[in-house]
Amino acid sequence: MTTTLSTPTGADLEPTTRRRRRRLGDRLLFAYTWLIILWLCVPIAVMILFGFNDTKGRYNTTFQGLTLKWYGRLFEIPALTDALANSLIIAVLNTLIAGTLGTLVGLALGRYRFRGDGTTNLVMFAVISAPELVMGASLLSLFVASGVGLGIPTILIAHVMFSISFVAVVVRSRVLTLDRYIEEAARDLGAGPWTAFRLVTFPMIFPAVLSGGLLAFVLSIDDFVITNFTAGTTQTFPLWIYGATRVGLPPQVNVMGTLIFAVGLLIAAGNVIAARRRPSSAR
Amino acid sequence: MTATIRTQAGQPTGPNRSDTPAIELVGVAKEYHSHGDVVAAVKGVDLAIGEGEFFSMLGPSGCGKTTTMRMIAGFEDPTRGSVFLHGEEVTGVAPNKRDVNMVFQSYALFPHMSVFENVAFGLKRKNVASPEIRQRVAEMLAIVDLTGREKRQPRELSGGQQQRVALARALVNRPRALLLDEPLGALDLKLRQHMQVELKRIQREVGVTFVYVTHDQNEALTMSDRIAVMNDGSIEHLGTPREIYEHPATKFVAGFIGTSNLLGGAVSALDNGRAVITFGPGERIVVPLPRNGVRPGQNLELTVRPEKIDITTAEPAAGDRSIVRGVVTEVVYLGTSTNYNVRTSAGSEVVVFDQNASNADFVAVRGDHVYLSWNPQHSYAIGDR
Ligand SMILES: Nc1ncnc2c1ncn2[C@@H]1O[C@H](COP(=O)(O)OP(=O)(O)OP(=O)(O)O)[C@@H](O)[C@H]1O
Ligand SMILES: [Mg+2]
Repeated sequence: MTTTLSTPTGADLEPTTRRRRRRLGDRLLFAYTWLIILWLCVPIAVMILFGFNDTKGRYNTTFQGLTLKWYGRLFEIPALTDALANSLIIAVLNTLIAGTLGTLVGLALGRYRFRGDGTTNLVMFAVISAPELVMGASLLSLFVASGVGLGIPTILIAHVMFSISFVAVVVRSRVLTLDRYIEEAARDLGAGPWTAFRLVTFPMIFPAVLSGGLLAFVLSIDDFVITNFTAGTTQTFPLWIYGATRVGLPPQVNVMGTLIFAVGLLIAAGNVIAARRRPSSAR
Repeated sequence: MTATIRTQAGQPTGPNRSDTPAIELVGVAKEYHSHGDVVAAVKGVDLAIGEGEFFSMLGPSGCGKTTTMRMIAGFEDPTRGSVFLHGEEVTGVAPNKRDVNMVFQSYALFPHMSVFENVAFGLKRKNVASPEIRQRVAEMLAIVDLTGREKRQPRELSGGQQQRVALARALVNRPRALLLDEPLGALDLKLRQHMQVELKRIQREVGVTFVYVTHDQNEALTMSDRIAVMNDGSIEHLGTPREIYEHPATKFVAGFIGTSNLLGGAVSALDNGRAVITFGPGERIVVPLPRNGVRPGQNLELTVRPEKIDITTAEPAAGDRSIVRGVVTEVVYLGTSTNYNVRTSAGSEVVVFDQNASNADFVAVRGDHVYLSWNPQHSYAIGDR
């Protein structure tokens, strides 16, 4: 009798405690998630905030009230403006060149077996994992030895060199998931090799090309180490900031950083929306 | 070799018989080089497929069906031999310059295009005017029963619907031949049977030559005008479904198509174009002589289909029939028929399909001694190749 009576109570009690325990676990997980998000956002928030800092002195390190004036006086420091312009020019060219070449390498590695494909694959990963210092130093020796004057062209060559690998790896992994018969189907239906690529293969790998290109842009615009070795007297945005830290960073740097971040955010949002609207392109 | 001879003898039985075959392969062979080895995927295939014919290639996995088809479509170049389409040699011509279309096993629909864009793809490549494109796509979607789905993306369709889009995308170009590589392989049984009927109907309506690859023998038997049974890179037997089923040219074909009973023994006498094999008292097998002939004393193998054999407990009248004795080892009731497994006195396992009459009891139960008998015309001596 007792057993029959106690059974429902036990069965009733147990799930409650289990539920309570689970609720606690959920809460912890929730708190942990937000802690991480906060931690990741704090530096960015500080950067944005100090772009609005009404600082009077040379150092933009203590908050002295809100102002929008730095947005108005964004291009007041010519050297900084030039450095930013250089960085943007290099980043855009790098995106185009490394994006194109890297896509071709990724396509070749993902689709074809050819003499030296294993070596190419290895070199791609070697470049990604090689320390930047080593690459920068060796590029400097190379440029100096061959008598090339340092400047935007040498920076661009260096950036393209290390960005190609990232684009190639991203595109290659996408190509590997593609059904190669889809391109054959296009050929079968009367498309020449170029038309088949343009209308069928490229749209299918486009998300990867886009990610690869964005990666190339981001890697280029804030690269310091390799750029420092290959720039000569040319200034880029990161190089200028590094030089300026000794004398105090003007708030314009924060404003430029905020704007670059905002553009990046817009592109990312656009990417997500585009992917939602055409879900088939994600597969 | 037998296959080649048969091709010339048994002419295409397709509806629009014409002198130049739609597709002709002459001595086509394909070798792949992988890891230093040479893989002979196709070893010299000769065949001629008639205009409007429903031609199937049947065979076990890896026998070279897909490779053969890809050489017709132009995705692989033959190592040796030539491919002709409508009498014109196309060996080495790019796939987009060949007037044949292919339906891939994986469908290979363009995932970023709608159903309409998928089907219109080939017509756009030929610069067909857009009103005509719209009209032809609509017609074709009506044939494959997909009207109203034009705007869907392929991933929003069921497997069977995707299969039909793939079919429409190929057929809308009015190719002179359609190549289908196991197009129903990914579908479940019910949809598969439905699509078999649909495909046959579409082929009749459009009148296009179909080259159909499958490893489902029932599919090949029910749908085809002619079948090429392939094994290990060559054609073992080429003929109508009936010929292949009733007169399998080789042991392999006999074993591959349907259930086949293999019997054998030493020939004791020749009688009037037939070989006689005698066992114990009252047992004898009579079989028409094989093409290459046989001498008394030689061993001979033959096949009989399970449904051609009568099973009785009483000794049948001697007459002209082949008679073998045995013991029933298994009885399986299958609704419309009953299967008996019988071990003959010579030790062979024989399967018998017995059609179930309305109220008849089982002819025999396990352990019963029975007589198996059949008309010699229904058994065939097998060449060994
Ligand atoms: N690209 C290739 N490289 C090397 N060997 C290949 C290649 N393609 C096919 N083969 C080999 O050729 C033989 C025939 O292959 P094929 O694809 O034609 O077979 P199949 O009859 O279509 O088989 P399945 O029914 O499994 O599709 C196989 O042994 C296969 O391993
Ligand atoms: Mg195959």
